[in-house]
Amino acid sequence: MIEISDLTKYYGDLCALDHINLTIEKGKILGLLGPNGAGKTTALRIMTGFLSPSSGTVTARGISVVDDPLGIKKMIGYLPESAPIYQDMIVYDYLVYISEIHGLSGSERMAKLQELAGVCGLRDVMHRTLHELSKGYKQRVGLAHAMMSDPEILVLDEPTSGLDPNQIAEIRDIIKKIGKEKTVILSTHILSEVEATCDRVVIINRGKIVADGSTDDLKRSSKSDYTLNLVIGGAGPAEVEEKLSSIRGVSSVGGGGPRSGGTAYTLQCDTGDDIRGEVYRRIKETDWLLLEYMQESKSLENIFRELTKEN
Amino acid sequence: MLGTENLSCIFKREFKVYFISPIAYVVIAVFLVLTGWFFFSTFFLYNQAQMRDFFSLLPIIFAFMIPAVTMRLFSEEFNTGSYEILATLPVRFIDIIAGKFLAAVSFVAISLLPTLSYAVFISFLGDLDWGPVIGGYIGALLLGGAFSAVGIFASAITKNQIIAFIAGMIICVTLTLIDKLLFFLPESMLGFFQYIGADHHFQNVARGILDSRDLLYFISLIFIALFGAHLAVEEKK
Repeated sequence: MIEISDLTKYYGDLCALDHINLTIEKGKILGLLGPNGAGKTTALRIMTGFLSPSSGTVTARGISVVDDPLGIKKMIGYLPESAPIYQDMIVYDYLVYISEIHGLSGSERMAKLQELAGVCGLRDVMHRTLHELSKGYKQRVGLAHAMMSDPEILVLDEPTSGLDPNQIAEIRDIIKKIGKEKTVILSTHILSEVEATCDRVVIINRGKIVADGSTDDLKRSSKSDYTLNLVIGGAGPAEVEEKLSSIRGVSSVGGGGPRSGGTAYTLQCDTGDDIRGEVYRRIKETDWLLLEYMQESKSLENIFRELTKEN
Repeated sequence: MLGTENLSCIFKREFKVYFISPIAYVVIAVFLVLTGWFFFSTFFLYNQAQMRDFFSLLPIIFAFMIPAVTMRLFSEEFNTGSYEILATLPVRFIDIIAGKFLAAVSFVAISLLPTLSYAVFISFLGDLDWGPVIGGYIGALLLGGAFSAVGIFASAITKNQIIAFIAGMIICVTLTLIDKLLFFLPESMLGFFQYIGADHHFQNVARGILDSRDLLYFISLIFIALFGAHLAVEEKK
């Protein structure tokens, strides 16, 4: 659907994107993740034809954004960061204006406006001026704007930034609904958002792609050290440590804090091997009470920090 | 989707915005007060049924007024970020700039409209020669177009509306006064600067003489300024 090859962008001497290669399939929700200033917005702006690349190409269905920007713009619905829509217009007038630019005729337009007002929850604010609206509503108007032409590709730059938790949940639902048929590319630095909505995650840092895959892929592929949380009763810390630290793959036994009915321990495991069975077998040999037993896999947050930390 | 439809969308929006904010009414009121006062304060002294004084004042008043009208056209969009939305809609740049340009020229035309009453009023007082009056209004529209294009160029180079206004005003005032400021130059060079300046061409048209050289001057000034605006916006990409 979208092919990005060797995309590079310089702002003066500053390299914002450094030879990015990416292929995005149809009907997927792609999350672009990265710290501030990683190049997310720059990448989206080039895709939508707002900025021109220093070198490299972006094509969607074979149409190049440099050669035929208008062709690409017809295909893409774009919500820029913080939805900078015209503040001096009434929501209804604004949406009519956008629909006119997309060439919707009278009857089509009314149907589309009705539909979008419903989907984006705008019915109550249709006749308010945009500068009176809260950030959440502006964001929704921006979303309605982006979906006006029924675009095949929806590009959303931080669609949920500045919203309250209810609004975030609503906008995520909308995005998921759209993502079933359309290609959605969204940028964010909120990790839970990616886990909740995206089929695929691309992490960029300093203009380079540092990870690419589904959230599960990423969790699996990272150097998989994980922790086991145990609560054991009827044994002293020294005893437990002696017994469990000899298992192959356990790098440390920590904790020893009191917990209801026993003592809590955390086992750091540094290999990919599954040691859960072995730990249980060892405990079974004794007369300890195993009260809690839980594996904690590495969170996306840890992976993100690992991949994007400063050298 | 034809280009002209998008052009008219942009034009309609920009034109409406002028009248949503109070700025339009303030600018028109100031324009009418200034022209009215300057014109009628001497009109009865000369005791002549003609509008030449009105049209001789117009360039310098336009040089201040039109940059104030055009300053927001691009600067405001750059400043609020709404240009990102406009530039990613399926609209050609030529439609964007032509729509904004036509909105500014229409605004200038609207503010000239009430001054037609001066002409009607004078025609009751004496025997008004309509030729120079019609020429004057055609010249005013050409000059308004040229200054609007210059103002749009100034607006396209910055996201600060005040800077856009000052830059536009400096260029327009220079174009108006250049031949008068350089009176000390030898005759041959003065002719050149006269040709560069807008006032000379405007006064020709306002005399009721439609010369292709004057038309060519205004049309090329419009094209050069709008093309400059295009380059300034491209530069930001």
